[in-house]
Amino acid sequence: MSSNIYNEILTEHNIRPEFKYDMEDADIVLEGVNPSCGDNIWLKLKLDGDVIADGSFIGTGCAISQASADIMLGMIIGKKKDEALQMAELFMKMIKGEATDEEIDSLEEASALKDIAHMPARVKCAVLGWRTLKEAIDNSL
Amino acid sequence: MDMDYRQDFPLIASERTIYIDNAATAQRPQCVIDAEMDFYMNHNANPLRGTYPLSIEATDVYENARKTVKNFINADSLAEVIFTRNTSESINLVAYSYGLSKIEEGDEVVVSIMEHHSNMLPWQMAARQKKAVLKYLYCEKDGSLDMNKVESLITDKTKLVAITQVSNVLGRVNDVKTIAEIAHKRGAVIVVDGAQSIPHMPVDVKELDVDFFAFSGHKLYGPMGIGVLYGKKELLEEMPPFLTGGEMIDSVTIDGAVYAELPHKFEAGTVNAAGAAGLDAAIRYVQSVGYDYMRERELAVTDRAVKGLLDIPHVHVIGSEKADEHTGIVTFTVDDVHPHDVSEVLISDGVSVRAGHHCAQPLLSYLGVNATTRASFMFYNTEKEVDAFLASVKTVRERLGYHE
Ligand SMILES: Cc1ncc(COP(=O)(O)O)c(C=O)c1O
Repeated sequence: MSSNIYNEILTEHNIRPEFKYDMEDADIVLEGVNPSCGDNIWLKLKLDGDVIADGSFIGTGCAISQASADIMLGMIIGKKKDEALQMAELFMKMIKGEATDEEIDSLEEASALKDIAHMPARVKCAVLGWRTLKEAIDNSL
Repeated sequence: MDMDYRQDFPLIASERTIYIDNAATAQRPQCVIDAEMDFYMNHNANPLRGTYPLSIEATDVYENARKTVKNFINADSLAEVIFTRNTSESINLVAYSYGLSKIEEGDEVVVSIMEHHSNMLPWQMAARQKKAVLKYLYCEKDGSLDMNKVESLITDKTKLVAITQVSNVLGRVNDVKTIAEIAHKRGAVIVVDGAQSIPHMPVDVKELDVDFFAFSGHKLYGPMGIGVLYGKKELLEEMPPFLTGGEMIDSVTIDGAVYAELPHKFEAGTVNAAGAAGLDAAIRYVQSVGYDYMRERELAVTDRAVKGLLDIPHVHVIGSEKADEHTGIVTFTVDDVHPHDVSEVLISDGVSVRAGHHCAQPLLSYLGVNATTRASFMFYNTEKEVDAFLASVKTVRERLGYHE
């Protein structure tokens, strides 16, 4: 059951997101839409060569999609694009319930979302930010 | 309550979940499940086609269901009762057949803002194709309709008025009888979406004097895949077929066909006879319990739910604050919490509710909300279930990390 999906990490990132603000001079701006509920986020990234120098998001959505996007930004800022893509892949693997315990641990805060693997109706919410990130980076390569 | 009725519904009796998403689909009583199964076990053949005894039996089952529906809604004749798959198909039938043949450039089509997409998109399509003007009838913020606005919006140019008898978000009953009168005075026809009304109140199409009335079996304790379109005979007779093919013709040559008499003209292809048998059983079940009793129970649980929600800080009920203006449908929001998170908390407490836009996006944006959570009750729901639902709603904000 899903009773403990709303753990403290998730609710904190939802209520007090660190990266939810508009960024005027982003290099990459991409909208991600959750087709099952119509919620959307705008992901904004600033690049420094191969490195994601800064990032933010705006939009509306459920706690799961908002917290997941906020956690994601905390993890990928300062990382190289291909490192971020690897994390995205690992996150998707975790959400599909296919990641090992070590892999889940390596996802740091994002591992707070691991129980979504048992909640098929909410998978799209959890991956919204990551999916948008992957698309944004793929487009920029 | 008389707990015995809960035993009529296997899924309710199993106590597997607190099922309060009845506006999406009701649960079925055993007699409906049995009736469908009985058709396949004992009477199965292609109805209306064969001349051997089994096919005649199958035809009888199907046509008897039509009789039951006709009497249930007080239609004038069997020709006026068309079986479809659901409300959506019934309304599409009217839009494609009546709409595309009768609406002309410059005509007006009036649609209420509170319509389910099923009673809105077909009219957008018909108006676009025929270059007609689509005019929206806006309700007040509490969901009520101002009859003066109705009077002034429907003009001599109006060809058709499409409105729901009960909104699936607000639950309020629209006075379709008066709206039909206004439409008729202007020479327009009225199409009524009865998907959410007929499960909760008796419908007499003659008394309401509506031209078309659509509903789904599955919201009326019947099977999925069977629905009804009632239409006035003189209108149906003039309309071209919606779908063409088997079963709906008298004779066919390589150049064309002579269409069958009503209602078969509108029932192309092999029909859902088992579904019709199930709907027949569902209607008989409703009649045996009685709308009076059902309404009394529904009002009792709805009243408890509305009052309970209004008592919880940060919770807002959409539409009226009076339970008797909700027809068992209670849509609500919780401050700062996304409806999908509200429903997630409820689901984890064993309560099955629906979150989202409820296929009524234009209404929700008009009311200024993005999405909502909806609880919808049937007579088999109990006070105890309402209390469990309320107890869960009370914890939502805290579980999402809002400490008051
Ligand atoms: C008011 C209203 N109209 C139409 C429909 C569509 O019904 P169906 O999906 O059975 O065609 C629904 C139910 O979803 C409804 O609530």
